[in-house]
Amino acid sequence: MSNAIPPRGPGALGRREARLAWGLLLPTLAIVSAVVVLPLLAIFWISFKPVGLADLRPPAPVVRESLRGEGEDLRLQYRLRNSSRDVPITAVTMSDTVPPGLTIRQADDRCEVTGAEIFCNLGDLEAGGRDEIEILVSAQGDPDALGELAEASPPVLTGNAPNILTNAEFTLDNFARVFDGDEFWGVLGVTLFYATVGTIGALVVGLFAAMLLDRSFRGQGVLRGLYLFPYVAPVIAVAFTWVILFDPFSGSANALLIRMGLTDTAINFFGDRPLALIMVTLFEIWRYFPLSFLFILARMQSIPEDMYEAADMDGASPFQKFWYLSLPQLLGILSVLFLLRFIWTFNKFDDIFLLTGGNAGTRTLTVNVYEQAFAVSNIGAGAAVAVVIFGCLLLFSVFFFKLISREEGL
Amino acid sequence: MNRLRTGYVTAAVLGILWTFTMAVTVAIAMSFLTGAAFRPALVWSAVFGALAGVACLRGRAGAGIAATGLLVAGLLGLGPVQTDDVGALSRVLGQAIAAGATAAGLRAYLRDLPPHRLTRHEFEDAVIRFLTGFGYVFFTAIVAIPFYVMVMTSLKNQQQLVQNPLDFSIDLSRGWGLFDSYVELMTVFNFGSYLWTSFYVAVLTVVLTLAFSIPGAYAVARLRFRGAAVFSRSILLIYMVPMIVLALPIYIGYSMVGLRNSVLGIVLIYPVTTIPVALYMLQGYFRGLPAEVEEAGLMDGLSRLAVIWKITLPLSLPALASVSLYVFMIAWNEFLLAFMLLDDPSKFTLTRGIASLDSSEIPRQHLMAGSVIATLPIMAIFLGLERFMTRGLTAGSVKG
Repeated sequence: MSNAIPPRGPGALGRREARLAWGLLLPTLAIVSAVVVLPLLAIFWISFKPVGLADLRPPAPVVRESLRGEGEDLRLQYRLRNSSRDVPITAVTMSDTVPPGLTIRQADDRCEVTGAEIFCNLGDLEAGGRDEIEILVSAQGDPDALGELAEASPPVLTGNAPNILTNAEFTLDNFARVFDGDEFWGVLGVTLFYATVGTIGALVVGLFAAMLLDRSFRGQGVLRGLYLFPYVAPVIAVAFTWVILFDPFSGSANALLIRMGLTDTAINFFGDRPLALIMVTLFEIWRYFPLSFLFILARMQSIPEDMYEAADMDGASPFQKFWYLSLPQLLGILSVLFLLRFIWTFNKFDDIFLLTGGNAGTRTLTVNVYEQAFAVSNIGAGAAVAVVIFGCLLLFSVFFFKLISREEGL
Repeated sequence: MNRLRTGYVTAAVLGILWTFTMAVTVAIAMSFLTGAAFRPALVWSAVFGALAGVACLRGRAGAGIAATGLLVAGLLGLGPVQTDDVGALSRVLGQAIAAGATAAGLRAYLRDLPPHRLTRHEFEDAVIRFLTGFGYVFFTAIVAIPFYVMVMTSLKNQQQLVQNPLDFSIDLSRGWGLFDSYVELMTVFNFGSYLWTSFYVAVLTVVLTLAFSIPGAYAVARLRFRGAAVFSRSILLIYMVPMIVLALPIYIGYSMVGLRNSVLGIVLIYPVTTIPVALYMLQGYFRGLPAEVEEAGLMDGLSRLAVIWKITLPLSLPALASVSLYVFMIAWNEFLLAFMLLDDPSKFTLTRGIASLDSSEIPRQHLMAGSVIATLPIMAIFLGLERFMTRGLTAGSVKG
């Protein structure tokens, strides 16, 4: 009798199930890694490269072909140019096919001719350099039509130019530029203010709204729907509405304040230094309080009613019930919401970009990515800022996963 | 402190606060409705508010007296709402609304409140009733005003806007001329095609997202395999990655491949931003479904895929509706990628189209009309299917 041994490792069925699971996950994994992981790696790569917006198109030889002259002097002319003004191109070659109707009489001595095929070896093309090749031909037929025919088949050009994105040139300049001077700390400070105050504000306002709606009355559904509007509407629509509402010259808010006698001159809400930051933070609170109110309301409605009844029996006053009963019950969801919203506000780009464009002391890290990459045309520096943001994100998510493990079941 | 907790003091303080709240509310509302000069007055609010609060302690008759007093004072120009040069009708109307709402509110807050010493309960109940009333007014105002301004600005013309930025009354004599901005957007600015592009991009995004996330969510929720826990964590992590960080390499990659400036590129990228959210939402729902039903199906000889198709999906239709709505909303509202990747006006989505209206040469009623065009469909869908939407939001919208 052999000894019975419990099976080790997954059995055949288990393996089949795991195979199926991976099969089902494969498309998602593939597409997510293609669009999330690859770009992230690219960002790290680019952040160490001296890349500008113009370098995205690598230097290449450019050619213009035309049929010139007439009779004995009829010739195909190729004018070449290096598209880059700073980088030379090496080993430039050109190949082309002469259309039927044209016969090659004499070619440039850098070119080889086989039948109607031309192959030219042009050597190096210096930065911003030009070159010209002429091939004498004779035409059977209308030269104009033949000329158009010749131009219709563009020659094929090859050449070696160093591509800044793929070569082995690395630099730390981008990071030096990002961390250089006071600007970075200013930007970081603005980002932290925006994220902290915006998140806490949205939570507090959302808590207030949730308490208002945590009772059943007629029209509760309508009000709940209405209070969700700021979150559901497209950000671009509401952001522009705010900009127009608070316009310093023709905005209604200024007209109202002046009429009420609260201010004599128009206030530039999105243009003055401390005020603009406060306004974008208020916008953030306004736009995202619906989210926290929805979560808090859902949690509130699941607090068992008998706890409150017991508190009533013990003579607790309404504020005491809120402070000693509701709040501790809500603490879990509040802390999860805080971290999550903090991360998201930290990452927020559209809102500030649309409201102020990052001017007047509202430039956050994310807006800085855009500024560096597109406004200053320094993609490398933009990528370096993005790497800094990603580092912060990793730091936050460590806290987040510690918390969510404790608070499982959001 | 406890000495001050008497009916009179509470009534007077709440009276001042509520009267001033109402004065500000009525002044703003009437200004926005008529364009005339309504002003709240702090000092008069304090004087009459305290009196009205105390009066409202005296039952219904007291409230009546308070309302009448406020109305008379207001019409004499001494009330909480100041009306300088305002038409007679809107003046009387405004004062009447202010007086009525103030008295009715105070009456409700101070109901059953004894004039002298209050217990902690009575005091806190009154304060909470006041805070509730204040909350409704406050939230309704902050939510409604921007949308009101958006709609009304889009119905004006340049001249009216410059003349009085406060005047949001509608000039009905213009008839269809009210919708000039919309007509111009549709005809000159090609907004019809933007609407269509946005719509089919959003629908394609929903379809692709579901196609990818349903199998993924099912695998994470139901099947046992090594790494399931890690996987469901990393989904959450992925949708915390800021879009701008990804947008930069995507822009570079697309520039090189030639997908930039094409709707195809947009349709390829949108689902990826929504798949993690959808997967997270759906796996939560699949976990809640009873596994027994599916096991019965397996026993009867269905394959796993047939079980998903014939049992799980029909059971999770409500969740699919929520997820679809939520994904549709994200795709419809998406701005950053459309802004960075699309340059050709014939391929714009709606949000990109609105961004192109933001220039000093284009009058701002057009900008607002564009905003209304983008907001209305999503609002209509949202109000019609609010139940699904709310559930969808609470299930997965940690994303903003």
